[in-house]
Amino acid sequence: MNMELSRRGFLKAAGVGVAGTTLGAFGFADLEAAQAAAIRPFKLTNTMETRNTCPYCSVACGIIMYSKGDLRKGEMAEIIHIEGDADHPTNRGTLCPKGAALKDFVKADTRLKYPMVRKPGSDRFERVSWDQALDRIARLMKDDRDANFIATNKAGVPVNRWTTVGFLAASATTNETAYLTYKVVRSTGIVAFDNQARV
Amino acid sequence: MEPSPHTAQSNPPVAATTSNLTEKDLIRRSASTVPPPARQLEPVAKLIDVSKCIGCKACQSACIEWNDTQPAIETNVGVYENPHDLTPEMFTLMRFNEWDNPQTGNLEWLIRKDGCMHCADPGCLKACPAPGAIVQYSNGIVDFVHENCIGCGYCIKGCPFNIPRISKVDHTAYKCTLCSDRVAVGQGPACAKACPTHSISFGTKEDMKALADSRIKDLKSRGYENAGLYDPPGVGGTHVMYVLHHNDQPEIYSGLPKNPRISPVVNAWKGMTKYLGFAAMGLAAAAGVLHSTLVGPNRVTREDEDEAEKLVKESV
Amino acid sequence: MTNSWTDIRNTDLVVIMGGNAAEAHPCGFKWVTEAKANRGARLIVIDPRFTRSASVSDFYAPIRQGTDIAFLLGLINYCMQNDKVQWPYVKSFTNATYVVKDGFAYQDGLFTGYDESKRDYDRSTWEYDIGPDGFAVVDETLQNPRCVWNMLKSHVASYTPEMVERICGTPREKFLKVAQMISECSVPTKTMTSMYALGWTQHSKGSQNIRAMAMLQLILGNIGVRGGGMNALRGHSNIQGLTDVGLMSNLLPGYLNIPVEKETDFTTYMSSRTFKPLRPDQTSYWQNYKKFFVSFQKAMWGSAATAENDFAYQYLPKLDVPAYDVLRIFEMMYRGQVNGYVCQGFNPLLAFPNRKKITESLSKLKWLVTIDPLDTETSRFWENHGEYNDVNSATIQTEVIQLPSTCFAEDNGSLTNSGRWLQWHWAGGTPPGEAKRDNWIMAQIFRRLRALYEKEGGPFPDPILNLTWNYQNPDEPTADELAKEINGYAVETLYDPADPTKVLLEKGKQVVNFSVLRDDGTTASGCWIYSGCYNEAGNNMARRDNTDPDDTGAYLNWTFAWPLNRRILYNRASADLQGNPWDPSRKLIAWDGSKWSGYDVPDIAPTAKPDVVGPFIMNQEGTARLFARGLMRDGPFPVHYEPFEAPIANVIAPKIRGNPVARIFQDDVAQFATSEEFPYAATSYRLTEHFHYWTKHNRVNAVLQPEFFVEISEQLAAEKGITPGSWVRVWSKRGEVKAKAVVTKRIKPLMCDGKKVHVVGIPLHWGFMGQARKGWGPNSLTPFVGDANIETPEYKAFLVNIESTTPPATV
Repeated sequence: MNMELSRRGFLKAAGVGVAGTTLGAFGFADLEAAQAAAIRPFKLTNTMETRNTCPYCSVACGIIMYSKGDLRKGEMAEIIHIEGDADHPTNRGTLCPKGAALKDFVKADTRLKYPMVRKPGSDRFERVSWDQALDRIARLMKDDRDANFIATNKAGVPVNRWTTVGFLAASATTNETAYLTYKVVRSTGIVAFDNQARV
Repeated sequence: MEPSPHTAQSNPPVAATTSNLTEKDLIRRSASTVPPPARQLEPVAKLIDVSKCIGCKACQSACIEWNDTQPAIETNVGVYENPHDLTPEMFTLMRFNEWDNPQTGNLEWLIRKDGCMHCADPGCLKACPAPGAIVQYSNGIVDFVHENCIGCGYCIKGCPFNIPRISKVDHTAYKCTLCSDRVAVGQGPACAKACPTHSISFGTKEDMKALADSRIKDLKSRGYENAGLYDPPGVGGTHVMYVLHHNDQPEIYSGLPKNPRISPVVNAWKGMTKYLGFAAMGLAAAAGVLHSTLVGPNRVTREDEDEAEKLVKESV
Repeated sequence: MTNSWTDIRNTDLVVIMGGNAAEAHPCGFKWVTEAKANRGARLIVIDPRFTRSASVSDFYAPIRQGTDIAFLLGLINYCMQNDKVQWPYVKSFTNATYVVKDGFAYQDGLFTGYDESKRDYDRSTWEYDIGPDGFAVVDETLQNPRCVWNMLKSHVASYTPEMVERICGTPREKFLKVAQMISECSVPTKTMTSMYALGWTQHSKGSQNIRAMAMLQLILGNIGVRGGGMNALRGHSNIQGLTDVGLMSNLLPGYLNIPVEKETDFTTYMSSRTFKPLRPDQTSYWQNYKKFFVSFQKAMWGSAATAENDFAYQYLPKLDVPAYDVLRIFEMMYRGQVNGYVCQGFNPLLAFPNRKKITESLSKLKWLVTIDPLDTETSRFWENHGEYNDVNSATIQTEVIQLPSTCFAEDNGSLTNSGRWLQWHWAGGTPPGEAKRDNWIMAQIFRRLRALYEKEGGPFPDPILNLTWNYQNPDEPTADELAKEINGYAVETLYDPADPTKVLLEKGKQVVNFSVLRDDGTTASGCWIYSGCYNEAGNNMARRDNTDPDDTGAYLNWTFAWPLNRRILYNRASADLQGNPWDPSRKLIAWDGSKWSGYDVPDIAPTAKPDVVGPFIMNQEGTARLFARGLMRDGPFPVHYEPFEAPIANVIAPKIRGNPVARIFQDDVAQFATSEEFPYAATSYRLTEHFHYWTKHNRVNAVLQPEFFVEISEQLAAEKGITPGSWVRVWSKRGEVKAKAVVTKRIKPLMCDGKKVHVVGIPLHWGFMGQARKGWGPNSLTPFVGDANIETPEYKAFLVNIESTTPPATV
C-alpha cells in the first residue's frame, strides 16, 4: 500500500481546510506498522507458564499461571495473569467469575506478609519474627498439653486425649499438607479436630 | 457421540507471535479513507447464547483481568448489575430482567451480556470526526484508537446500542475491543474463553451462525417457538450475535433494540459530505490540535452539533 | 460424587435440589448445559428461590426450605404407586427383599426405641431378620409385609401430592409435573442425575435429605450408571480431600474411625469391625479394615508400632463423646473449657452459627493461632469495626498469633475434586513478604514441640517423639515425600503367601495400590483409599493425558481418582444380572463370561460372577440399602421433620420440634424462636460472584458484587414498605444485620398448611475485612444446632424478622 496514495486519497476526501500538519497528531504516520496501532501488544509474550488448579470450589478447574520470572530456575516469579487451561477435561479453559480473577487473590492487598502478634487487651497487631511466633506457639501448646492432657479415664483405660486445644484444618490445603497436619495434630492427642466439611 | 463443548479455545501462546491484524487489514477508518485491503480476513463473530447464560459475570471478570481495567467498587442499589452500567473501565455487563411470561405464566430471568456488537456498519465509526480514532478490520472487529480519540462523544451518539463510554481520566472513548490483541494471535476473546457454560462462543461468523441454528432447534424443541438469531440487518449484521429464546421481543432483554439503525443524521455524514462538514466547521483540525496540546475533554458542544446537523441537511 | 463432573454429559435429566450448581459450581454446571445442548437432556430445579440454575432450567418448582424430605418421599410414593420402578435393579441390587426384624415399627414421626430424655434411640430393632444360616432373611416375591419394600411403601404412603403441597408449599400440579418427569427415568435407558450441595446438608436432618434422594435414585436404577448417581457438589477445592484424609474429630484417614472409650484395646476395637457378609458370597470389602488400620499406624509411628503393642493402638486418642465437632468445641469454649485454638485457613467468626456466641467463645481463649494467606475476620475478632464488629479490645484477653501462609499459586501438591480426582498442581509464583508454605509451618510447630518434649519430658510424649519424620529436609517435608507416604510402601520385603520364596515387593518400594496392604505390619500407607496415587509408576496425580475413548467422560489417564483410579462408583450396577449393560448406549463395564472390563475400572472383583456377587461391595449385604438398619441416628427411613425454627408446626407429627435426636445444648434452646415472634422463613446461600469470605479481598469480585444484601419478594416488600436498594434490618433471636434490600420476583410467598410463608434470602459473602464494602454474614442470625448424624449447622432454615432501617454508621 502506497502511503502517499492513501494520504492523497484522504486529502481528496477530506477536501480543503485540514492542515497536513495535524495528520501526525492523528497517528496517521503509523499506518505501515506490523500490528495495527489500535491493538495492544500481546501481554503474555515471553512469560512462564505453570499449571495449577483453582483453589475455590470442588470443580477444581485447570488453570495456567503466567509469570515474569521462572521459579524453577530459582528466580523471583511474579504472576501477571491467570486463565483457564483449555487442556483440562472438566473446565476446558473456562473459569467462573472467581477463577477468572484469581490473580487478584494472589495479589490481594490483604495478603499477609509477616507473622504478627496481638497481645491480650491490645488493639493492634505487632510484627514478630517467625522464630518468635513459632517458639511461642510451641511453648503455649506444650504448657497446655502438660497441664490438661488426659492420659487415662476414671476406669484407668488409656484415652490419651487433649481437649483444651482445638485445631481447624483448611480444606483448601493440599492432601499432602492435610496429611502432615493430621500427623502433627493426632500425635498430640487433640480431638477437637475438624475442617470445613463439618459446615 | 456428541461433540465436545464449543470452547473455540486453546491456550494462549507465550512465544513471540506474528500479529494477523495489521493496518493493512483495515477496511474503515473514521474520518478518513483506507485503501482497499490486500486480503479479506475471515469474518469472525462472538455468539452469545442467552438461553445458556447463567449470569455468572465470568465474562466481566475475565474482561477486567485481561484488559487490566479498574472499575470502581460501587454499592448495591437493589439489583444484580454491578457495576451499574458500562463504564470506561467495564466493557461488558450482565443485564438482568425478571420477566413474567404472559403465555406460560412462568417467571423467566432473562440475562444478557451487554457490550459492543461490532456492527458491520458501525455507527460509532461513521459518526466519529477524528481521523483514525475508530477503525474496522476486514474480520469485522471495530476498535478504538485512543491516541486519535478527541473525546467528543460522537461515537456514543452514533451507536444504536449505547455502548461507548468516555473516560474522565484520559478523556477518550472506551468499549470492548473484541480482544483484538488476542484475536491478533489467534485466540478468542477473554470472555468467550472464560464463559463457564459456553454461552459465549467465538469463531468465524459462518460457524457461529451454524452453531446458532443448532441452538435454535434445541430451544424450539423445548417450546420456545420464537427462538432465533439476533444479527440485526439495520446495522449490516453484527459480529456479536445473540441467540434469544424470544427473538420476536428483543427489547425484553434489558432493552436490546428490535431494529437498531444508525441515526439518519450520522448516516447522512457518510463519505464526502462528512468530510465537507468537518472541513466547513474546522472541527477536525481544531480538535486534533487541541487533543495534542491540552489535557481535557474535547466534547462537541451543542452548537457544534447543531451546526453539523444544519450543514448535513444543507449538503444532502 | 458417585460420578464425575464430566460424566454429567451422559444424563437425560438433571435434578438440582438442595444446591445451586450454576451459581456455586459454574464450570461443573457446564456439563449440564452440554447435556441439554447435545443430548436433549432436561433440567429441573427445586428451590425456595428462582436461582441462576433455575434461569436455564426446563422446569422450576418452588419449595419451602427444610421440607425436602416430604417432597422426596412424595416422589418415592409416586413411583411406587405408579409402578415407575426399575424392578430388576431394585430386586437384585437393593435390600428391598430383606425382611425387617420383628419389633421395629414407626408411628407419629418416631421409630421404635425413642428415649426423649436422651434425645436418642435404642436402635436394636432396626435390623434384618437373621436366619439360622446367619444371613439376612429375604423374600424374593416381595409378599412378606415386613420386607423392606412393603415397609417403605407404607412409610411413604402419607406423602401424597396434597401432603407435599401442604408441607412444602409446592403447588400440586408442579409437584406432579416433577414426579412425572423424574419417574420416566425408571426405564433402563433413561438416567437422572442428582446434583446437591449445602442446600441439603445444612439442616438438622441433612443426612436424611441425601438418603431420601439416594433411595429414589435406587428405585429408578440410577446409581452406578453413566449420567446418574448422587452427586454431592463439595464446597472447597479440597474439602473432599480433607475428609478423605480424615481431618475430622472422629476419623482416621480413609474413613476409618478414631476409637471410642469403650474400645479399650485393639481386639475390642476390631471386634465390631469384622464386617461379616450378611448374604452368601458377598464381598463386604470392609473385611479388610485391619489391613488399612495397621498400615496407617505403621505410616504414623513406623517401628514404634509393633504387633506386640497392637501397632501403637494406644497412641490414638479415644473419644468419650461421638465427636468434638465444631459446635461442641465452641460450646466448650463458651464455657471456658478450651484454652488454645488453631485456625488453619479457616474463618470461624463468619463460618460458624450464632456469631455472638462465637465472638464470646473466642474471647475466652487464652490464645488463638491463625494460619492464612489472607487477613481474616477471625484473626481480628478482637478489633473494633463499629457496628460490623462491636467489641471492646481492652476486655479481650486472648493472645492472637497470625501466621502468613502461601496460597495455591506458591505451592505444589494435590487437591481432590468433587469427583474424587486427585489433581497435582505446581507452584508458579514467589510468596509475598515472609509468607511460608503450610508444610513448613506445620513442620516448624511440630519440631519445636517435639524438641520441648525431648528436653523437658511431659505426659505421654511417645506419639510425639515416635512420629515418623524421615524427611530429607525435616524442616519442610515436600509434597512428593508426603504423597509417597500416603500411597504407602513395603516396610519389609513382601513375599507371595502362596509361594514364600517369591518376592512380591522389595522393602522400601511403593505399593502398587491398597490391594497389597497387609495387617501384619509389613506395609505402611497413610491413607489407604488414596493408595495407587504415587506408586512405582510415579506420581499418577500428575498425569495429563486427556484422551477419552468413545467420549464417555471417564478420562482414565487424567490424574488419579480414588479408589483405584475408578471414575464411577458402584459401576458394576450399570450392568444387569448377566453382566450386560442396562443401556447399551451407555456401556460402562460388561462381563465377557470370565471377567469384567470396559471404559472404567470395574468396581467389583474382576472375576466376580454377575449373578452371584452384588455390586455394592462396601456393604455387608452386597446390595444398597433402602432401609438403613441402625446406621443412621435418626431412623432407617427418612421422616419429614421441620427445622428447629419453622413457620408452621410439623404436619406429620405436630408434637415434634426439629429433628427429635439432633443434639442441642441447653443454653441454645432458649434462643430458638417461634413464628409468632419471628414470622419469616430465612435461608442462606452463596452467590456466584464470590467464594465464601475470600473473594471479598479481591478487587474484581468486590466490583462484581460489592455490598451485602438480602432478597425478599415483591409481596413482602409491599407489606413492610421496603423499597429496592433501601436499608433493612434483619434480626433473629440471636442477632441482627443491616443490608440493602433486593426486591425480586424470584422469591414468592408460599402457602404452607394454609399459612402464607414469606422467604428471606441471605447471602453469605461479607465481613469487615477486604475490599468489598463492610457487611455481615447470615451466621449473625443462625441457630446453634446441627444435623443429627454429623452436626452440620442448620444454616438453611431459620426464622427472622425484617424492617426498614437507616444505614449503618460508617467506620
